[in-house]
Amino acid sequence: MSEKPEKFIDENGLRLDGRKIDQIRDIKIEIGILNRADGSCYLEFGNNKIMAAVYGPREVHPRHQQKATKAIVRYKYNMASFSVEDRKRPGPDRRSIEVSKVSREAFEKEIFTELYPKSAIDIFIEILQADAGTRTAAINAASLALADAGIPMRGLISSCAVGKVDDTLILDLNKDEDNYGQADMPIAMSTDGKITLLQMDGHLTQEEFKKGLEMAQQGCREIYELQRKALIDHYNNTQKEIIQDAPVESVKDISTESATEEDPIEDPVISDDVPDNGNTVNDDEIKEDIPDEKEEVILDEDEDNPAIVSDETEDDTLE
Amino acid sequence: MEKKIVIPGEFLSDNSSKAGDGTYVHEGKVYSKFFGLVSERDKIQVVSLSGKYLPSISDIVIGTVVEISYSNWFLDINSPYEGRLNISEFSRRIESGNMMEYLNIGDSVVVMVKEVTPSMKVELTMRNHKLRSITNGRIFEISPSKVPRVIGRSGSMISMLKKETNCDIVVGQNGFVWVTGKEKDIDHVIEGLHIIEKEAHTKGLTDRVSVFLKEDYEDKPVDSTNLEILNELLD
Repeated sequence: MSEKPEKFIDENGLRLDGRKIDQIRDIKIEIGILNRADGSCYLEFGNNKIMAAVYGPREVHPRHQQKATKAIVRYKYNMASFSVEDRKRPGPDRRSIEVSKVSREAFEKEIFTELYPKSAIDIFIEILQADAGTRTAAINAASLALADAGIPMRGLISSCAVGKVDDTLILDLNKDEDNYGQADMPIAMSTDGKITLLQMDGHLTQEEFKKGLEMAQQGCREIYELQRKALIDHYNNTQKEIIQDAPVESVKDISTESATEEDPIEDPVISDDVPDNGNTVNDDEIKEDIPDEKEEVILDEDEDNPAIVSDETEDDTLE
Repeated sequence: MEKKIVIPGEFLSDNSSKAGDGTYVHEGKVYSKFFGLVSERDKIQVVSLSGKYLPSISDIVIGTVVEISYSNWFLDINSPYEGRLNISEFSRRIESGNMMEYLNIGDSVVVMVKEVTPSMKVELTMRNHKLRSITNGRIFEISPSKVPRVIGRSGSMISMLKKETNCDIVVGQNGFVWVTGKEKDIDHVIEGLHIIEKEAHTKGLTDRVSVFLKEDYEDKPVDSTNLEILNELLD
């Protein structure tokens, strides 16, 4: 655990990790990296490393949870025991159940659940490395995994936190700023600007709250652009791979549809100069009752295609 | 024409009367529901790049029996919802005691969706000359969102696959594909389906698949060990 810094913001107005007060950390996004999930996303947000997987819509187990008119959304936020400096006891705890609940609610209204009655959409979040703001990073990743899974949504959800250190509002807290700061306020926002999650830890005056909310919304808009770019790049990259993989003779044959090489698309890369100070997690502690939720084990499901031996040929046409 | 890629919530049009499949209207404007490709004819449509199969009336699907109850078969149709095939919807009249002789657990059938209730109870039927149980060939799974690609525009892709490989192919709307023919031909079809699935949204797909299918695969040594093992088992 690092000591509390004397000053969070230097004379040049820069923070300990060299960011400006309204600057978000670097984000790196990879979409569709889990083969067995219906949709997946790996996201790095500063020193946070998050894996999100989406399964569904699929049958609800246990059966009694199913809703006759809409799909249920289940969100499981889990921190790996190695994600923080001091080993975290594995399994759900008070904090992760709370984060799961508020994050699920951030998504529920944006998904067209009414199109899939009696089914479940499962979102699994694994925090591989934590450095403050994991719930916001997880929401950003989950949003992309949902889009990758082909789940109909009103828009993407983007999420970002604002906080206060040295009586100054700052965007997207890192670990030290979170641990020793005066306030932390994560928000999540839909594409059209609706706020779907808002929590606060610490103290802000009314003016600070208003200004902070605006800063966080601006941060969400920046993140939205990165999410959007990541999805489009993901599509373009798969197209490019196909053109490169195509056998030589077939490329010749389709000369009319010449395969144009695109510029390699650069991912935003995590810079090395951000100090690694992954301390224990002490994210928001919100005092409210959290309903007990039964957690389900992740099970990969796969269809077996029966192979049947051929003995006769039939003809048929179905289109 | 290159189709435009859109993300969920992306603005498509000011004209709400043009809202087609895969879009939604909010305050008179049309937005995309999916991460997918836009096509604009009379209406603006968004075709998702992925997603599960949702049964709809008169779809032809391939299902596998997972449960038999008194006078009903329950079929896995590669969807969040199970399909129910009543004994009266079987291709001919049978007694409920003999159900297992006609369709047992694990057997596959080509069926048609007869009805889908608002609570997603899926009723299936076999009362159509095209529909029957599957006794030979192989069933292969592709992503349901790629089914229109496998069929092609007015069936161009599927008829080419059939012609070039001498196989018979039935594509279920739910993403199950039933292929019958010589084993080597079936292997070839499945490789072709792999190409279609992987390159579903690229230009010149039909041409590329055509080139692939015309390759002289009969004399070519089988390169994949999996196929060798499979062929040994089948010989």
